[in-house]
Order: sequence, then structure tokens, then C-alpha cells
Amino acid sequence: MKLNVTNRSGTMQPLEFCSGDTLMQLLREANIDIAAECDGNCVCATCHVYIDPSWLQSLGDVGEEEESMLDEACKPEDNSRLSCQLVLSSAQDGMAVVIAPDWQ
Amino acid sequence: MSNLATTDVVIIGAGPVGLFAVFELGLLGLKTHLIDVLDKPGGQCAELYPEKPIYDIPAWPVISGQQLTDRLMEQIAPFNPSFHLGEMVESIEGNAQQGFTVGTTEGTQIKAAAVVIAAGGGCFQPKRPPIIGIEEYEQRSVHYAVRQRELMRDQHLVIVGGGDSALDWCLNLQPIAKRVTLVHRRDDFRSAPDSVNKMRALVAAGEMDLVIGQVKGLVGDQGQLTQVEIKAKDNSTLVLCNVLLPFFGLTMKLGPLSQWGLELEANRIKVDTEKFATSRPGVFAIGDINTYPGKLKLILSGFHEAALMSHAAMGIVDPGKKVVFQYTTSSSSLQKKLGVK
Repeated sequence: MKLNVTNRSGTMQPLEFCSGDTLMQLLREANIDIAAECDGNCVCATCHVYIDPSWLQSLGDVGEEEESMLDEACKPEDNSRLSCQLVLSSAQDGMAVVIAPDWQ
Repeated sequence: MSNLATTDVVIIGAGPVGLFAVFELGLLGLKTHLIDVLDKPGGQCAELYPEKPIYDIPAWPVISGQQLTDRLMEQIAPFNPSFHLGEMVESIEGNAQQGFTVGTTEGTQIKAAAVVIAAGGGCFQPKRPPIIGIEEYEQRSVHYAVRQRELMRDQHLVIVGGGDSALDWCLNLQPIAKRVTLVHRRDDFRSAPDSVNKMRALVAAGEMDLVIGQVKGLVGDQGQLTQVEIKAKDNSTLVLCNVLLPFFGLTMKLGPLSQWGLELEANRIKVDTEKFATSRPGVFAIGDINTYPGKLKLILSGFHEAALMSHAAMGIVDPGKKVVFQYTTSSSSLQKKLGVK
């Protein structure tokens, strides 16, 4: 299964994943520049990504904790998610992800 | 706190690992000063996840970040370390032979024989909103903390955010400001419910404004704001604003550390696993800030590193002295240092 990930310099790359992978960990292992300061605790909002809107529904609703943390994300949009909260499955095969800008 | 101090070891970073280093150095009889950019001890544990349960601290099946910090503070109390909080280390001058001088942004200078960097993920700094041209207003009109409340009197304030800082300052400054406008991306707040209720009552009474949207543009001249542009879903509005107070929390940046003459790898300080010494003799690095083959970013690994580092630091502080390895269960001299005998 694959995702299409666009990094901060605008380059798109396919990324293989397995069911059960957490998106943030997957991005880290692929050396895609993402801070993820709190290492997946949902307390920093520095693993912020934009999801292709047509795939948003496949990921289910945003949890209350994640929605609160998105308040502290850089440039949040309607399709913002925190990648540490996204556990991937076959429903995301082919999904497009864009890495959000980092705080300066 | 005096601006000039002398000690045995300066510890940069007062997170769990920096705090435990006080204990390990203290057992060897070494005095310590701690410096941290946050205004409280605990580092990430206190700032990012004070209430989050941690499950992998040995002998604590579950403990929160704040509890861990509190217990460490209790454990190191016998060694009476000095804290310099709310200060960022700018420079480390000197060397292992002549000693070091550690200088902070607040002008504090501490002389020490050795330096320990326990800076975790780096230096906490306020998140700066990604608005073009914000830098030019940061001297006069954009502030990430309120240092002098009186300067907010009779100003048109725009406060941004949905957490406790944003709401608390809204309530605190509303009585003296000309007008307070709170801007938040959604009509839901993670702040304490009591503050939210008070804020909503002020809005209902026409005493302040709440705008749902994001600040996207700044209008002003020579560093002085006059208006901000707030974008909502379908429209954008201009709001009078002399002072903008964004509260988006903190983020970690490497900061001045990269200029301290230390060998780095992927923004982490390279150390050996015997002494946790950096490439600069007399300067050690422990906890999340260091890297070595097999490194795991765990608090418990940082504790282990603090113990080994302390024995190595002893050799720098007091080169002639033989370090005798002792247990707190049996050594009366250690028990005396801990104040239990």
C-alpha cells in the first residue's frame, strides 16, 4: 500500500506503508522533515499535515484532544490533521498527504 | 539571585534528566546551578505534558509529568541547587583547564569547572504566527508574553489563541484596555470552562469582541501596528489593533547551542557512552539532546547517563581526587549528604 507525500519543498514521493502504521512514525522513518517534538503524545502540534480532502472521511472524526492541539498548529486548515494520531489502514491506500509548514 | 556566581557544575536544562544530574553530582559532593529558559523546572514534562501519564519510569507504574518533576525536586532538595529560570544560555566560554563561564540572555554569568547540557529537544520558544512581516512589529506591537501589564492600558488589544494563556490575559487586560478582541480559529475553547464562561459573558455584554478566524495580515507603520486582518471562512475583516498578543504555545528550537563548538549530528550533540563527554573537553551532554549509537530517547536512559557523566565530571572538577563508588543503602557519607543520617 502507498501514500503520496509532498514535503515542505514541494517534492512528492510515494511512501509504502502497512496496516497499523502511524503516519508520524512513517514520515520520520522516511526522513521527511517533520518536528514531532512530543514524539506522538498529541501535545505539540508539530507533526501537522494536510490530507487530500477526498480522503478525510476515511480517517474518521478528529478527536477532541487532537482538535484542541490543532489550535496550536501552524496554518491550520479544514483538512488539517496531526499525523501522530493517524493510524493507517487499507482505506488510505493512495491517499495524498502534504506536510504543513513548520513554526519559525 | 546574584548575576555572578561560582559553582562546581552548571547544568543547562532543568528537565527530569537535568534535575537528576543534580542528585548524582550531589552524591559526589559537587555543587550545581541549573539554568532553564522556562519559568519552572520540569522541562517538557512540565510544559508539554504535566497531566499526561508516563508508564515507563522504573518503579512508577504510572506517574504524570508534573508528579515526576515534583518527586525529582523533592529528591534533589538536600543538595540545594540554585535555579536560574526564564533564562536562556547564550555562551559557554573557557575550557576544562581554566574553567568555564556560562552566560545567559539575562546577564547572569556562572563560573564552573564543568558544564552539563541536558537541554532535551532544545530551547522552548514561543510559536510565532506565520504572518508575513511580523518581525518588524515584534519590538513595539507584537508580544508573546505580557511583561508590563500597565503598557496595555488604553490599547486596542488583539489576543489570539484558545488556551488558558489567551483567555486569562483577555480577562486580566479587559478592564484596562481600550478594547480587547479575542481571535480563535473555532468557536470552542480548550481553556478552563470558568474562563470561557467569563469571556462569553463579557462578549454578550458588549465589553469585548470575539472573532472566529485567523490573523492573516498586519497593518501599521514603522513597527507600530494599527490594524490586523482577520480571515474567517468566507470573509475577512480589519480590526483596530495597537498590540497583538499571540498565544500558540511553545516550540523547541536548537537555539544558540549550535555555536558552542560542539560536534553535532542531526541537531543532536555527539557523545561517547562511557562519560557522555562532548567533543569539547569538560562539557557533557545527557538526555534527549545527545546522540550515540543505540540511543533511545527515554527519561530512564537520561538518568543512567547522568550517573555515568557525574563520575566523569568529578575527574574534571577535582582531577586529583579518587572517586569511590558507593551505595546510598550502605554509605554513611552519602546518607549524610542526603540528610537522612
